[in-house]
Amino acid sequence: MKYVKAFGVFWWNFIVGDDWTVAAGVALALALVWVLNDYGVNAWWLLPLAVALLTGISVWRAAGQSEEA
Amino acid sequence: MHTATILVGLGAFLACAVEMVEALTIVLGVGTVRGWRSVLIGVGAAAVVLAVLTGALGPALQEIPIDDLRLLVGGLLLVFGLQWLRKAILRSSGYKPLHDVDEAFKRERAEAEAAGGERRAGLDWYSFTVAFKGVLLEGLEVVFIVITFGSAQGRLDVAIVGAVVALVVVVVAGVLARGPLQRVPENTIKFAVGLLLTSFGCFWGAEGAGADWPGDELSLLALIAFLSGFSWLLVRTLRHRRLAVRPAEASA
Repeated sequence: MKYVKAFGVFWWNFIVGDDWTVAAGVALALALVWVLNDYGVNAWWLLPLAVALLTGISVWRAAGQSEEA
Repeated sequence: MHTATILVGLGAFLACAVEMVEALTIVLGVGTVRGWRSVLIGVGAAAVVLAVLTGALGPALQEIPIDDLRLLVGGLLLVFGLQWLRKAILRSSGYKPLHDVDEAFKRERAEAEAAGGERRAGLDWYSFTVAFKGVLLEGLEVVFIVITFGSAQGRLDVAIVGAVVALVVVVVAGVLARGPLQRVPENTIKFAVGLLLTSFGCFWGAEGAGADWPGDELSLLALIAFLSGFSWLLVRTLRHRRLAVRPAEASA
């Protein structure tokens, strides 16, 4: 069990890293593009905007944490 | 050759180059202190594991229907690439220390000198495990990028060639320099890789979710330009913020 957990933790850190909210935001944005496409909206513009927003929030928060440390 | 295919080769080349510079630093640090035999066996063992992973997962991924594959790969690349991009922005704005090859080499040498001399299977176990783990962990990122880039574009061959050329260049440069490659602009390359991974992730993710990009593959260049400009803006804003919080660093 210990090895399974370590394996899972390794891949989580490898793919997701130290800010899970970015991964959650990306998943939500992809789902929105999918849903909008189903309603006939070509939402190619949504992902770049989501990426910019998620990156901005994430680095701003990381900078704040670094200043507090 | 298509724009996206050229960028796939370039991305694999840059990612492999920067990761192999880090692996080379570890290998040289241990090898110059403790001898080369066990180190090179460790490097070889890691290379075999990485080659098997690429050989097994690459063709397997290409069996998935292209839209599903692009959604999966796009999502993974976006999450993975945003890690690279976030770190690059924080490094460039001074919120995260730059990776110092010389410092890493010295640290590796000091640890190699202090380590015990345990032998297993006729090998200096410390040298073997450090070289194996170093090359495997740095190489895993390369394998991930090569497989995702190559399979989503349907050009695994181009991605593999890009990575192998980078590997050869770094190893030859390391042999010629007889030391760690301090002059490689590692942090700039990491920024470029982060931008490429994130741009491809956006492009394939949206395509996989059913969207059509205006201009098709040419929109990749627009995406790279947009994300580069936005990242530059973030770096500038964060630098101002840091200097406002710690004005003493402005004159440093």
